[in-house]
Order: sequence, then C-alpha cells, then structure tokens
Amino acid sequence: MNVSYKWLNEYIDLSGFTGAELAEKMTRGGIEIDVVESRNKGVTGVVVGYVKSKEKHPDADKLNVCKVDVGTGEELQIVCGAKNVDAGQLVPVAVIGAVLPGDFKIKRAKLRGVESQGMICSAKELGLDEKMLPKDQQEGILVLPASTKIGTPIVEVLGIDDEVLELDLTPNRSDCLSMIGVAYEIGALTGREVRLPNATINHSSVRTDSLVSVTVSAPEQCSHYTARYIKHVKIGESPLWLQNKLIAAGMRPINNVVDVTNFVMLEYGQPLHAFDADKIPGGRIDVRLANAGETLVTLDDQERKLEPHMLVITDGVQPIGLAGVMGGASTEVTGETVNILLESAKFDGGTVRKTSRQLGLRSESSVRFEKEVDPDRVIPALDRAASLIAELAEGLVTEGIVEAAAAEAQPSKVAVSLNKINGYLGTELSRLEVQTIFDRLHFGYELSDSDVFTVAVPTRRGDITRAVDLIEEVARLHGYDNIPTTLIHGDVVPGSLTKPQAIRRELRKRLSDAGLHEVVNYSFTGPARTKLFPALAEHTHAVSLAMPMSEDRSVLRKTLIPQLLETAAYNRNRKNDSAALFEIGSVFHTDEEQLTHLPQEKHRFAALLTGNRSEAQWNAKAVQYDFYDAKGILETVFAALGLTASVNYEAAQPEHFHPGRTAAVLIDTAKGPEVIGYVGQLHPALQLEEDLADTYVLEIGLDLLYELAGSEIEYKVLPRYPAMQRDIAVVVDQEVAAGKLTDSVWSIAGELLESVRIFDVYTGEKLGAGKKSVALSLIYRHGERTLTDEEVTELHGKVVAQLEQSFAAELRK
Amino acid sequence: MKERLEGLRGEALQELQHVETPQQLNDLRVKYLGKKGALTEILRGMGGLSAEERPVIGQVANDVRAAIESVIDSKQDAFQQAETNNRLLAETLDVTLPGKGLPSGAIHPLNKVAQEIEDIFIGLGYTIAEGPEVETDYYNFEALNLPKNHPARDMQDSFYVTDDILMRTHTSPVQVRTMKAMNGQTPVKVICPGKVYRRDDDDATHSFQFNQIEGLVIGKNIRMSDLKGTLLQFVQQMFGAQAQIRLRPSFFPFTEPSAEVDVTCVQCGGKGCRMCKHTGWLEILGCGMVHPRVLEMGGYDPEEVSGFAFGMGVERIALLKYGIDDIRHFYTNDLRFLSQFGRM
Repeated sequence: MNVSYKWLNEYIDLSGFTGAELAEKMTRGGIEIDVVESRNKGVTGVVVGYVKSKEKHPDADKLNVCKVDVGTGEELQIVCGAKNVDAGQLVPVAVIGAVLPGDFKIKRAKLRGVESQGMICSAKELGLDEKMLPKDQQEGILVLPASTKIGTPIVEVLGIDDEVLELDLTPNRSDCLSMIGVAYEIGALTGREVRLPNATINHSSVRTDSLVSVTVSAPEQCSHYTARYIKHVKIGESPLWLQNKLIAAGMRPINNVVDVTNFVMLEYGQPLHAFDADKIPGGRIDVRLANAGETLVTLDDQERKLEPHMLVITDGVQPIGLAGVMGGASTEVTGETVNILLESAKFDGGTVRKTSRQLGLRSESSVRFEKEVDPDRVIPALDRAASLIAELAEGLVTEGIVEAAAAEAQPSKVAVSLNKINGYLGTELSRLEVQTIFDRLHFGYELSDSDVFTVAVPTRRGDITRAVDLIEEVARLHGYDNIPTTLIHGDVVPGSLTKPQAIRRELRKRLSDAGLHEVVNYSFTGPARTKLFPALAEHTHAVSLAMPMSEDRSVLRKTLIPQLLETAAYNRNRKNDSAALFEIGSVFHTDEEQLTHLPQEKHRFAALLTGNRSEAQWNAKAVQYDFYDAKGILETVFAALGLTASVNYEAAQPEHFHPGRTAAVLIDTAKGPEVIGYVGQLHPALQLEEDLADTYVLEIGLDLLYELAGSEIEYKVLPRYPAMQRDIAVVVDQEVAAGKLTDSVWSIAGELLESVRIFDVYTGEKLGAGKKSVALSLIYRHGERTLTDEEVTELHGKVVAQLEQSFAAELRK
Repeated sequence: MKERLEGLRGEALQELQHVETPQQLNDLRVKYLGKKGALTEILRGMGGLSAEERPVIGQVANDVRAAIESVIDSKQDAFQQAETNNRLLAETLDVTLPGKGLPSGAIHPLNKVAQEIEDIFIGLGYTIAEGPEVETDYYNFEALNLPKNHPARDMQDSFYVTDDILMRTHTSPVQVRTMKAMNGQTPVKVICPGKVYRRDDDDATHSFQFNQIEGLVIGKNIRMSDLKGTLLQFVQQMFGAQAQIRLRPSFFPFTEPSAEVDVTCVQCGGKGCRMCKHTGWLEILGCGMVHPRVLEMGGYDPEEVSGFAFGMGVERIALLKYGIDDIRHFYTNDLRFLSQFGRM
C-alpha cells in the first residue's frame, strides 16, 4: 500500500510530523514503512502557461514557435517540438531558471536561430511515471484541464508537492490497506481524531429494485452483496485531484467511473466494481459458484477456464465477472456507457485467494478480499462511490440499495485482565495506561472491578480475536522499548549436545585440522545426478519436487559425492587443481513411487581428494593424492570415534568407482558386519565426463556410527616388561591381500602379539612375474613377564609356517 | 735430575707453543707424558735417589707434569672450541625459507557460525533439537497456526513434494515435534538449527536454501521481558558487550506479540554507516511470545504456561560477522572463499 502524505492528511491531522517522522513512528508501532519517497523528482520553477499562438518555425519543419502567457504579464516566446501543442492549451512551462528532474536547468536558448524563453513540458519530463499516466498523456506535452489557473506552480497542479509512504504490511494488518485504516492507526499512535468522509446522495425517484435484482446462490462464499444504479453518466476524464491521488497510490487513471471505484477502494479498503448496466439483461445478478467447463473473458481480454470452486457474478445465466478478482469484458464500462450498476460485496477471502492464485491473477481487489474486507464498510463504500460518480460523471443515483445475503456483522467481544497483560509482558502498566491505549484505538470496552477489560473489537480489526491479540496491541502502543529486560525465573538446567551432534563436530574438527575444507551443497540436484553411485543409494527412488525452479534442481540428492565432483570441477576451472573436500549432510530416499510418507533422510559423510596432497616446496617434491590418502581419512575418522577395531575394508567393484581401487567399508554390528559405504578412485570414464584429474572419493552413512561410537576411553597400564621385535619378508602372489596376511598373523600369534606393521611392499623382476614381497614387523610382548627368546622363536616359527601354508608364501632371506 | 726435569719442562713448553693441529698436540702428549714418554723415561732413574731426595724430586716431577698437562688441556680446549665454531658455521640455515606446516583446512563458515551460536545457547542451558528437512504440511504449517489458505503462507512460498509433504520452510516444525515429545512437561528450552528451503530467486541476499537457528522456551510465567533479556544476552555474547537490541512489532502466525529484532550495527557501532543504511541498526532475528494456538496444538494449556520463540538466519549472521558481500558464496564452495575461514 502506497500512502500519499497529503491525501492521508485529509483524514487525520498530520501537522508536526514530516513524512520521515511519520514513517519512523509507524514502523516502531508495527506498520513497517519501506521507503518514503518524494513525488517531486526534482521540478522547480515550472508553472501553468497559456498558449496564445502557435506558428511554424521558419527554418525547421518539426518545430513550432509559441507565444505563451505564464501570468507574469510578460509574453514568452517558446520553441516547442511536440506534435500536439496548440493555441488555446494550458500547459506546464519551465521558464528560464526552472529545473527539471535530472538537474536539467532551463536556460535562454536559440533553436535554429529563433530565441526560446523556456520549455513546454511533457508529463514524463516532469518526472511522472509513464506507466501511471492515462494513455493520452503518454506522448507529447501535457495538456492541462481548462479550469487550471495560469501561473500556478505545476507541483501544486499535479499534487507532486507530496511524499509517498510505502507500507510493507504483514498479513494480519489488512486494515491498513485503506487510507481510513491507516488514519485509525495513526490515531492510535498519536491520540489524534480521525475524520471520516461523508457521502450525500440526492437520488432520483426511480427505485433501484425496479431496475436491478440480486440473488446470492453461494452464501458461504459471499456473505453480503449490494448494488446501486446510476443513470445517465457521462464517461470522461477524472478531475486532476482524483487522477493525482490515484497516481500517488500507484494506480493509472482510466475514466471517471472506474477511477471513482478505485479511489473509494483505496479510501475504504472495499473493492467495488462498476458494470455497464445495459449489458446485463434485465438487470439480473446472481452470485454463484462456476459450473465445470464454463469460461469467462476477463477485462484483460483473456479467456479464463472456470472451475467449480470459483465464485462468479452472473446475469442469471452467463458469468459476467470473477468475484473479487476481475470483471468480465462483456460488461466493461466504456466511453459509450450510459447506466452503471455498481457492486459492493463481501466475498470469502479463501475463495478469492484460491481463484486468483490458480489463474495467476492478482489485483488490488483480490489482495483486499483475500485478507477479508470489513463487513461494516460494504455499504458506506457503495454510497461514497455512488455519490462521487453522480458528482463527477453527472449521473443520477436511483433510490435505494439492492442487496442479498446480508449477514449481520457483529463486533466480537474479547476479554483480558490487567494482571494477564502485565504477567505476559513483564510490565507494570496501570489500569489508566491500558484504558488510554484502548481509547486511542477506538476500541469500546467494559471494565470490571477486578480490572478485566471486555473489549468490543471493531469489525475493521478482524485480526483481533483472542486475549493475546489485545495484549499485542497494548505492547506495541506502549512501545516494545518500554518493556523491561529480565531473566527467566526457575531452575537452571545445563545445556548439551546430543551424541550425533558431538560426533559431527568431532568429524568437522578432525577433518579441517587434517587439511580438508568443508563444503555445503544444495539438497536439490538434477535427476541424472541421482543415478550416479547406485551402491550408495539405500532405496530405489529419489524424491522429486512438485514444482521445481529448474530441471537441475528438481530432485533431492540421494548421495553426496556427485555434488562434491561438481565442487571439485568448479574449483579446477578456477585454477585450483588440488582439492581436499568433505561434506556432512542429509540424503533422501524412498521406496515409494508416489510419496505417501516422509522419505528416508540419512546423515552422510563424504570426502573427495584430487590433485596434490602437498605442492612442491624447496625441500620436497609435490606428492599426489592416492587411494591410501582417502582410506587414511576413514581410518582417522574411525580412530577418532574409537571404532578402529570394528571396521574392515574389502575390495569391491561398485558402479562408477575404479574396479581395482575401491573398498567397501564394513562395520561390525550385533547382526554381523554391515557395509556402511565405499572408498575408492573415481572410475576413469566418469572422471573424464566430470572433467576431473585423478580423484578419490568416499561416502559413508553416519547413523550406525551414532549408535556404535563414543565408548568411554579406558586406560591400559603401561607395559612393564620388554617387547621383542621380529621382522619377516614373504614373497606371495600379487593377488594375495596384505590384510589377509596380517589377519593370519593375528590369528596365530594371538595374545602375545602387540602389533604387526607392514613396512614394505615390493615387486620386481628378481621376484618373478606376478609376485610381490611383503615385509612385516611383529612386536611380541607379555603383560606379566619377560618373554624368552625360545618361546618367541617357536611362536614366530608357527606364524611363518602358517603364512607358507595358507598363502604359499616363501620366506625371503 | 732436577735439572733434567726442568729442562724437559722448558723444552716441552717451547715445543707446545708451535702446535697447530690437534694431531700435533696429541703427538706431543705422547712424546712427553705417554707411557714411553720423556717424563716417564726420566722418572725411571728415581730408584737411584736417596730417601731424602726422592720426595723433593717427586714434587718437581709432578709440577713439571702439571705444567705440561695444563698447557696441553688449554690447547685442547681451544682446538675443540674452534672445531665447534666451524661446525656451527657450516650448519647455518636460511631461517627465512618456509617451514613444513601442518595441513590446514576449514570448517564451512555457515557451520562455524552455527556452532558458535549453538555454544552460546548451550551455555544458557539450552539443548539442541533436530528434525527432518522434508516435512509434513501439518508440522510445517498447520500446527504453527498456519491453516491451509492462510494468507501468511504467501510469505514463505514453499517447495512441495506432494500436497502434504514439503521441504520445511523454517525449523519451527522441530519445535512442534519437541513440544509433542515433551508431552506437556516443562520447562522446554531448545534451539533447533538446520537447513530450510523457500522458493526464492537467488541473488546477493536471497538463497532458496539457507540455515536457520530457532529457539523455544516454554514454562510457567515466561514473559516477553524474559525474551528481551535472553536475546540481549545472546547478542552481547555474539557481537560484543556493547551490542544493544531493539524490538519492532511485527507479525508471525506462530507468535503473538511478535517482533523483529535489530542489533547495534556491527560495522559502525550504531553511529550509522552504509551497511546499516545510516540507521545504526541491523535486523537479525524474529521473535515473539508463542501463540496460544501453537501451545494448544503442542499439548500445552495456554492458561497454565507461556513461552517465547525466536529465529535467525545463519547466513545473515555470517554475512554480517565476516562482511561477506554475496550469500551465493556459501553454496559455490570456492576454495579461495572457504580457505579464509580456517582460523579462530
């Protein structure tokens, strides 16, 4: 809602407040003002002039030389290029020394040898918004009505010596979608009185009900329908005062009848509609729900397909208007219209909202109906508009209002006690202070001996239905700044993180400390991306948005890795070839083709490594990331969570991973080992598609870790007896997994083995094709005594024998 | 014999004066003091001396040995000193060459800020509650006093999956879930962080996906003044002890009274600058007293208990805190951006 300061001043005295001060006061009271804009875009020194004569310029076909009287007694000679300039017109004249928007100063000039003492201006040159101008003012100079006084400053004539307050209204304050509503609000803030407009109707002797009949067949959607009839109107331009107000409010003047309906809508917040009465057969109006398959051509010449939930105004047969949204083209008021049927009604907000959304048709009218208009203003607005049409279009209002479904509007009663107000806000307001606030709001009330206010809420404030609504009124008018600052009474309970939260924080800390950068990607992605890494998607289907903003953000991600690939490629395109990234986030799956329940939402951890682990330095060569860096991340994570012993890695060939360089990650659970994710190199084919260099990725589910992690640290006594170290190197087939060798060592050496470390893996011609040497370092220790050389030798012999037997290992000498 | 000993001293000291290498020094030690050296040679003749002479000559011999040893030792020290000096000189490094740093990554700024906010509220006795990002219409809207067709639903155009399932538009559904889980018990003191989604065209200040942290307190006699006090504590811990708050009346369907909260501009400290559009204030959160309808639907009797709720956008706070110019940076994950947040 755009509110003109000058116009508002007609309903409430604004003296003492500048536009900016008023805006601040309203904002602090709960009606936010976005901007206060001056309507004058920089015009000074422009006055109304009378074109006494026009002659062709001697040396220029397109220019005219005009003699203009601007009321100073001196006749000005002005060269003008506009086609529409003519003798006898009243026009805006920028005299020498005047300034136009854009800091354009008017100086004495010679145009093709003819002196010009000023400039005749178009509306656009005066800084008026073209879109707001009537069609005939959009081109050429602005021609003013004959009644305009010569010499008057143009800012006065156009009413641009004014400021516009742009209200950013919250949905509950639709009462401020009208000038009167805003005036009441300012009254509440300042204690000043509101001046309501009055309508006097000098009606003809013809009775309206002899011309018009109204029925409402859908009373739930239309709780009140009223109409008046105005005969013999002369359709024409509205007077300037009316045009100026509409333009200030951001509406384009059209003709005197339509302008009046818009003016009264802005004044009262009650949308009105004027029909060409002669196009409604028999003056018959029926308000009903649309029939399936019905259509209506609306005022914008669009054919609208109607649905049975939409409310329509009909002539008893055909729809002639979309109730509260837009009128029909067939009954439009045109230059030829003679008789007017004027509608003022209360349509159901939800119905209008649904229709306007579905048809993509939002209008000043629908916006107001959606938020429920004040039932008490239906008739005052109708009368006000009828009287103005009679005045401005020289029409004759017939006697009486025709109405249907007139539901009584009862002011609701809401009670609240002084104690409750103060207890809720933490204030110590007196009875008198609260009384003053309700008085300023013009809320009637009864006050009981126990300080309970029973408030009769005016119908214009439909948002107030409960005690807290009244408390809010008290709070905002008392001032939020005046509410004290206190601390909560009662026991102090310690706050804490849940285990999953603590685990995620631990991961973030460890990984960022280890050199990885955390990323946050969108949960939305393209359908093709959800087809990647199927082994990581637990359930079949992705979750699709009903109305996505774009194809590549139309479904919810099923895995994290695809977007990490995009992040790596993005950075690679910006010359960051090396990246170590991780993300902790949710993925979404469902088993349902058509979602009826919430989908599975799983927390995942994923990481990506590409390029160099460390760049070349003066003392070291560059080192590239490899598979073991990726696996090492997981090892670090599991160690941090105390889960090292529960995790195993097995070679695996899931789709989109390098088949020879990928491991499934398994964790021991009560039900046995479960795969929680994969770590591996990106498949070379995908790597090419994604425009990446060698890239290593991993992704694991966190839910099982939340369950299994976080056992308390248990201290072990430091060893008191010496350890014995034995190193061996065995030659085995390439295919033999090193992990199997160490598993075997553990199974034989058992409790006396403290650790086994693989310190070398070697392949070479000397060993023969298909062979590798694995060097192991074993440390034996007994917790209670010193081991003897003999027993270690014997045990170690068994270890070697087992390796020889199980893996055809040859001991390297 | 005494003369021979004195002569030996003179000869040895004379020769030691010209020693230039540790090797020469060692040779002279052997020559004069070694088992087969000159001094031992002379002392072999001690056997022929009288009982009176023997101690006298012995004394002289000791003096001679001590004198030679002392010179040798000092020469030895000098050689060692010189050798050490040479070694240190040879080992000198260019200390301006870069070190072998530990790797350094970074927590994403949104999570860094969220953790900071969470920690402040944990310190104030709050626990953290979480819930699903894909929600039912009931939890996201209806239980928050936003029935279907409510005009306020326009304020947060949503991404629906089906008619009844949507991407949550705020973390408030977690508050509803928390209330239901509490089964009417008080006190409730939680904050709910997480991702939320609203249909918004992306620009420098809007993102269709963003993070919120909301708080909910329910108990007996919770007052609006308590809400003000809590928020003041929060902003002073977050933005410094000089930070003040200002509440402006506003509207949210789930709270009443509702307020927008401004904090003293972090850039100019309230004097007015470009960042705060010369008002001295920055809008950072929305809050209010929990609407009685919401309490009822959460299983509480609004006549018995009251509560407050507040919510803020993590992106907004991070933008202000770090002076970031474009919200989209948070989601493009440019390493040149991310790496700036890897420190305290």
